[in-house]
Amino acid sequence: MRLRLRSGALATGCLLAEALGIALFLRGFFPLPVKSVPRGEARAEPPAEPAPPGPGIVSNWTKLPPPVFRKVVFVLIDALRDDFVFGSKGKQFMPYTTQVIEKGTSYSFIAEAKPPTVTMPRIKALMTGSIPGFIEVVVNLNSPALMNDNLIWQAKAAGKRIIFYGDDTWVKLFPKHFVEYDGTASFFVSDFTEVDYNVTRHLDRVLKREDWDLLILHYLGLDHIGHVFGPNSPLVGPKLREMDNILKKIHISLLSKEGEDSLPSLLVVCGDHGMSETGSHGGSSEGEVHTPLLFISSAFEKKSGPLTQLELVQQTDLASTLAVGLGLPISRNSVGNIILPVVGGRTMREQLRFLHMNGFQLSRLLQENTPAYEKDLGYEQFKIAEKSHGNWIKLYLEGNNSEILLNLSKKVLKQYLEALKSLSSSLSKQVAQYDMYSMMVGTVIIMEVLLLLLLSVPKALSSQAEFEVLLSPPLFSLLFYLMCLMLCAVHVIVCTSAESLCYFCSMSWLTALGVMMLISVLMCSILSAAGKILENSRLPLKNPLASSGWSEVDVLILAGTIGHVLSLGASSFIEEEHQTWYFLINTLCLALCQELCRNHFLLKECNLQLGTTVTQNFDGIGVASECKKIDIPAASDSKLGKATSSAEFIKGSDRWISLASPWIILICCRLLRSLNQTGVQWAHRPDFGHWLTSSEHKSELSVLAAISLVMIFVLVQRRCSLVSKIAMALGLLGIYSYRAAIGNVVFPWQHDSKDISKGITEARFVYVFVLGIVFTGTKDLLKSQVISADSSVKSTGLWEVYSGLVLLSALLFRPHNLPVLVFCLLIQTVMTKYIWRPLKFDVAQITIMHYWFGQAFFYFQGNSNGIATVDVSAGFVGLESYMEVPAIFLTAFTTYAGPLLWAIHLLCCLSSEVSRNSAGVGHGCFCYALMRSIPVAIYIILVTGLRYHLFIWSVFSPKLLYEGVHVFITAAICLFFTAMDQNHSQKAQD
Amino acid sequence: MREAELRRLLAANLLSAVSIVLTVFVPPVFLSGFSVLGTHLAWLCVCSVCVSVLSVTLCLILKPSQTSKRGSLSSKISRFLKCCIYFFMSCILFHAIIVLYGAPLIESVTETFLFSVLLSTFTTLQCLCLLGPNVQAWIRVFSRNGAMSIWENSLQITTMGSILGGWFGAFPIPLDWDRPWQVWPISCSLGATFGYMAGLIIAPLWIHWNRKQLTYKSR
Repeated sequence: MRLRLRSGALATGCLLAEALGIALFLRGFFPLPVKSVPRGEARAEPPAEPAPPGPGIVSNWTKLPPPVFRKVVFVLIDALRDDFVFGSKGKQFMPYTTQVIEKGTSYSFIAEAKPPTVTMPRIKALMTGSIPGFIEVVVNLNSPALMNDNLIWQAKAAGKRIIFYGDDTWVKLFPKHFVEYDGTASFFVSDFTEVDYNVTRHLDRVLKREDWDLLILHYLGLDHIGHVFGPNSPLVGPKLREMDNILKKIHISLLSKEGEDSLPSLLVVCGDHGMSETGSHGGSSEGEVHTPLLFISSAFEKKSGPLTQLELVQQTDLASTLAVGLGLPISRNSVGNIILPVVGGRTMREQLRFLHMNGFQLSRLLQENTPAYEKDLGYEQFKIAEKSHGNWIKLYLEGNNSEILLNLSKKVLKQYLEALKSLSSSLSKQVAQYDMYSMMVGTVIIMEVLLLLLLSVPKALSSQAEFEVLLSPPLFSLLFYLMCLMLCAVHVIVCTSAESLCYFCSMSWLTALGVMMLISVLMCSILSAAGKILENSRLPLKNPLASSGWSEVDVLILAGTIGHVLSLGASSFIEEEHQTWYFLINTLCLALCQELCRNHFLLKECNLQLGTTVTQNFDGIGVASECKKIDIPAASDSKLGKATSSAEFIKGSDRWISLASPWIILICCRLLRSLNQTGVQWAHRPDFGHWLTSSEHKSELSVLAAISLVMIFVLVQRRCSLVSKIAMALGLLGIYSYRAAIGNVVFPWQHDSKDISKGITEARFVYVFVLGIVFTGTKDLLKSQVISADSSVKSTGLWEVYSGLVLLSALLFRPHNLPVLVFCLLIQTVMTKYIWRPLKFDVAQITIMHYWFGQAFFYFQGNSNGIATVDVSAGFVGLESYMEVPAIFLTAFTTYAGPLLWAIHLLCCLSSEVSRNSAGVGHGCFCYALMRSIPVAIYIILVTGLRYHLFIWSVFSPKLLYEGVHVFITAAICLFFTAMDQNHSQKAQD
Repeated sequence: MREAELRRLLAANLLSAVSIVLTVFVPPVFLSGFSVLGTHLAWLCVCSVCVSVLSVTLCLILKPSQTSKRGSLSSKISRFLKCCIYFFMSCILFHAIIVLYGAPLIESVTETFLFSVLLSTFTTLQCLCLLGPNVQAWIRVFSRNGAMSIWENSLQITTMGSILGGWFGAFPIPLDWDRPWQVWPISCSLGATFGYMAGLIIAPLWIHWNRKQLTYKSR
């Protein structure tokens, strides 16, 4: 049995498989965080003591336990590694602290931080007790304030007065929470003393006062020294000594304030993360994750003798401990356990109450996150412990004071601690790690798709553009079953042995089996494609590529694609990816210019050879210069006058325009480039976009928008039918009145624009025309398919769909971005008329140029690889309130308008040339899919390798999301391509 | 004859390369505070002047181009003026292209212009020295298989080297290393210079290597 598959269909199938792969990868890369409850709903009543069994005795202790400590000073020293305090450095440079640790009233632990060991997520972990997931950070980029239930918020709600000095990340995370604060910026890494002085200078004043309950100090100097000089720098010692003196000052001051009757104070010292041997952080090496955690209070027992083995606790444990210490409810999302020794001075009843509160909170969190929570070991243990706690209370309330009570209390305590441990470990498994198995499965699918596409290049770009797929060759079916079996075995082994939660394992069996069958099918097709290539290469076939030689444009396209893919490994190149694309399309334009000149010279040479007066000098002129692109126009211009153009196929004035066209495009690109400064390094530079959007320049913006809309009409209308021309004109008018209604632009007769509305009516008016035009276009397309009319109907239909999309993007684009749309249309027109058609580029080249320009326009419209530049306001155009599906659709459309419009233009361009190359659309679709697959596949491997990189959150993850969404959109585009191609193939068979 | 000419080419090219190296080390002796990175504009001027003086001298001494005819003084002057105009035009064109590539239009005009002067020195001036202000000859040289002597082959290679060097020199600019040489236009001009020097050294070797395949058409 044989199946004929067109190359477009193959590409679409591959892209759909790739979309599945990337979805799996993204799901594995961004594990959904433990469901976080907004803090408004977090005001649940604290759990009462467990009820003692049997009737009669009732415990009426339902209120929150009172605070253990009167005041808490929390000193966070950035990048404080455990050996800076507990190791030889600590002994040498922090004498006071060492003395307190060894002989004083303190408890010391090693707190383990979870990667990424970067300050902001670590502060979140310390204060909420949860482990922030990657996706959470990406989603919250626009609103830096911490919305989850957290210690600071609870403290403020309980009326505690909080003072903060230090890193201004805190001020951004907890706005309006502090009664007094002074934030220092952490960006000047070479500043070692000033940052810390800015914190310390407040200390004397604050320590004298009595009007605060919680004092937070965040010292950055040590981190800065680490970044610049590393942990073994001679600067570390003095910095540690400085910190030691500060701790001494605080401790002595706290001790002096303590009276006989009041509660004791607590001093907490910790680091948010450590540093590696080179001084950086972000990864998961031991030096980076191990930080010291010190509790110093007069409430503790005095230590005697040097340190023994230090206990390892989690960083998240601090939030619960401090909450209990301050008499606050434990944060709802905390996965931490109480560090019991800290409250060890209280009575047994209170200690058990604390543990019960902690366990209750953890088990509630587990209930919210796992459906099968009842089977969880920790939950079962907690229920048992709760029961024995009830028994203990019964005995206690009966006034039993015997040995039995003491023994039972010890047993309950032990049961609680075990339960807490297993509860928090099963909770933290959900977020702590990358889900490597799902990532691997996704990567395998994507790599297989890429390989398959690469191997089928020669076949797909041949003139038939068809594949013959053997559906059941015996060898491959055997291989297929073997692979399926093997993958299933691997799946079972991985899923039964994996400790962590895995998305791919939690999928239903049938889905997983389907994915595995897909992998096997892809593998078999790759093998068969490779086999065919080997077979063909044995035949003495001339390689068409080698014989024809590569033109400069080919070399540039290849080098540009490879260079761009390689540049994705560097974070700065991702941040400044727009520069790569601008650079590439500029070079492309110059190469095209050279190609054009060569073309004209070739024609000229033919001309001259036809004529009789050929000077000897001209003999050598075969092709124009290689790199003297600059001199060519001048040179050719001087000769053009002399040339008689009888045999030329571009006539006089057209020829001039043709030669000038690359320069026009270059100038357009340069103008667009200064419209929106994007990226990171030069984003602050002034640009036209900001100038136009400032309120003083409203009239200029209005004029520009009006001109742009007129230009859009002029450029689009020429290939539309009369009805859609009128619809287009009305739609563009509607866009202007929409922008006037929401106050972006003004009408000339309108002087004061006080009445700003949401412009719902105007926007919907435009939507009607958009739908109308797209509908007309679709109708034409269907007509051309069903009645098999001539191809002009079809190309008109396509163009109408295209112009409908242009109208939609004109509505959604901000008014200062309308020139982007104009230049997009202008460049497309110029390119089609003067470059692609006359130079007879093949489909692959045209497709890749379209792809490049699409990418460049993605950045021209002001996008970048950061989440912050997504224009969310586009999702609200014409909508009364937030509706999820239309808003997401509109936002995605606006963001990817550049690549999308270029892709649809490619389709128009290729299908209008069906006469020249009947398989053009299929080739185009294939090349487009290939161009998308290469960067995605390589990027996914790079990201997997760099997953502990310092910039993984800020740079690589947003880019990964952009790439993922782009794949989905490309898959949709390719589906559309294939539908068009199918129409065509049917018609060809008729 | 060929061997001797090749040796002359090698000597001339080595001399040019050495002169560029000297522009780095000699001026600090006379000017305090001169360095390639610190006072880049001054170095650009020195390098351009030095390379152009050397090229013109070499051209006058070695007379590699057969086209130079014994003309009257006025025709020589007109040729010289034409050369100057061509050189200036090429500077402007390079400047325009660099701005199109994204260099700031209003700020740092001096830097951009001096960089374009340097590029013109490496490319246009060499063409002018060898071929004179004769556009047709330029087109012939830069078309495929258009070179008619080893000097023209060398010209092709050095021109390509300097332009490609300048092109590649733009790559490190977006990196966030905060190095002094990432400032515009230092990396590009250094790239162009290295490309030119590489071209100077590679050209004789390449010609020597391919001397069997190279058959120059007589005019």
